[in-house]
Amino acid sequence: MNRYTKRTLALEMLMIAVGIVFAFPVYVLVNLAVRQPSDTSSPIRPTTSPTLGNFTGAWREAGLGGALINSVLVTVVSVFIVLAVSALAAYPLARSTARWSRGTFLLIMLGLILPFQLASLPLYQTVRDLGLLGSVWSLVLFYAGLQVPFTTFLYVGFLRALPRDFEDAASIDGASQLATFRYVVLPMLKPITVTALVLNAVAVWNDFFTPLLYLSGSDQQTVPVAVAGFVGQFVSDWNLIFAALLISIIPVLAVYLALQRSIINGFAGGLKG
Amino acid sequence: MTADLQVRPPGRTASAPRTRRRRITPPWWFILPALLLFTFVVLVPSARGVYYAFTDWDGLDPDFAVIGLRNFTDMLDDGDALQAVWHTLLIAVAITVIQNGIGLLLALGVNSLIKTRNFLRVLLFAPAVITPIVTAYLWRNLLGPDGAVNSLLGAVGLDSWRQDWLGDPDLALWMIVLVVVWQFAGYSMVIFLAGLQSIPREIYEAAAIDGTGALRRFWSIVRPLLAPAITINLMLSIIGGIKLFDQVYALTGGGPGHATDTISTLIYKDAFTLGEFGYSIALAVVLTIIVAIVSAGQYSVLSRNEKAAS
Repeated sequence: MNRYTKRTLALEMLMIAVGIVFAFPVYVLVNLAVRQPSDTSSPIRPTTSPTLGNFTGAWREAGLGGALINSVLVTVVSVFIVLAVSALAAYPLARSTARWSRGTFLLIMLGLILPFQLASLPLYQTVRDLGLLGSVWSLVLFYAGLQVPFTTFLYVGFLRALPRDFEDAASIDGASQLATFRYVVLPMLKPITVTALVLNAVAVWNDFFTPLLYLSGSDQQTVPVAVAGFVGQFVSDWNLIFAALLISIIPVLAVYLALQRSIINGFAGGLKG
Repeated sequence: MTADLQVRPPGRTASAPRTRRRRITPPWWFILPALLLFTFVVLVPSARGVYYAFTDWDGLDPDFAVIGLRNFTDMLDDGDALQAVWHTLLIAVAITVIQNGIGLLLALGVNSLIKTRNFLRVLLFAPAVITPIVTAYLWRNLLGPDGAVNSLLGAVGLDSWRQDWLGDPDLALWMIVLVVVWQFAGYSMVIFLAGLQSIPREIYEAAAIDGTGALRRFWSIVRPLLAPAITINLMLSIIGGIKLFDQVYALTGGGPGHATDTISTLIYKDAFTLGEFGYSIALAVVLTIIVAIVSAGQYSVLSRNEKAAS
């Protein structure tokens, strides 16, 4: 079973065919995004005289530049906050067996079950009362809290499987508790931090419902909301829409291709968490 | 509460050498930042949400009345709401079964000796990182009357199959399932693959030498060892399916008519286009209860299976 046989070749052909089926929608996406509006031939036929005009049009009309900056800002800041506070919280939650620790852990884990729809509607009122509607900082605040349960869950599971001898030794040597966390615990958390970073960044970047509520009617947008607004505005101008869709996914795909190994392992890493 | 705290400043516990190896308990206040954020963003708003579910609040007017269970009893007379609950469950179950079935087959395929296995892993997983609202708009065009799916059917001589896939109330729901499965089958694959790769090759080879058939090898060796991956995958896909919003919003908007409305799309419409805030939140409470029941049920069944398998 370690040799490349005829059956392996047959499997190879089959899997390549499956790969083509999965890639087909992306082929159409690119094909129509570079097509002149006057070209009305079949969407599956390769475009004969490609143009980049749709991209400049979409970029100008959809306000994608500002949306990209907002998306990067919201993702970077909120993921950084959620990783920092969750890792810090996970340390006592994983190590202490006291009742307050177990109670708090269960309380936070309750957040894994509560769907965000339940919290996001009442929070809409709070955000409005605070005058934060239409501000990207309302999103940062929201994600920083919303992602705490899942991230804490990952960190606590990982920490419980780690020996505590290093921390004990550091404390006996006189390191402060914050220093022990910073220089002993945090470096050991690196593998699960990669997982948590990837999963949180993808979740925050891709979220549509929350910015739809909190940013609608303002000139501040994130990429998913800008795309949705653009589709609503240019209902059937699909060449322009496809150019906008493609612009919006290029940064994501570029990061994915550059860091594919870490990202795929990150997604699979939830398995061990 | 302070009586429970086992926190002592280091160096001052020398008078109580109960254990030979000293255990350092990290300070409890490390949990404060996370707990405060969680309380402010999730816990308090959720609790307020449960309260609003028993009121007739429209989201703006400070004068509103507590009306008891009326939002919930109204739901039982609301054909659209009952339909939405049914659609939500149907979509979640269909996605779970199909996505994991395909994901497992893909994982077995790329866990072989084929030369394109690394390339295919990257390709098949790629849709999972793309923004769902973007893939949904892409597919809305592909499945349209003049879309690529119909062109493809025409090109292979299946002209009679051509139709408006999202415009047919009987088909639209299944098209939503198709789009989600296309996007996330690779995600299931990656998790199954991690499970498969944790199975020592020797076990598999020993069985092959003993003359065990491929199907039997899969059922008796691979499946039990894959139990943790199966648990994670089923949890992720069924809960994701129950909460599904973006794809429905972008593909059909709940239509045609109400043929594809789910609990999530009704919550949005009732709150923000109809101004029935209390009723909308009551729907969110129903969604929460469904998620809680499914999670608890699935967790207990699967962890029992996992124990039995190990």
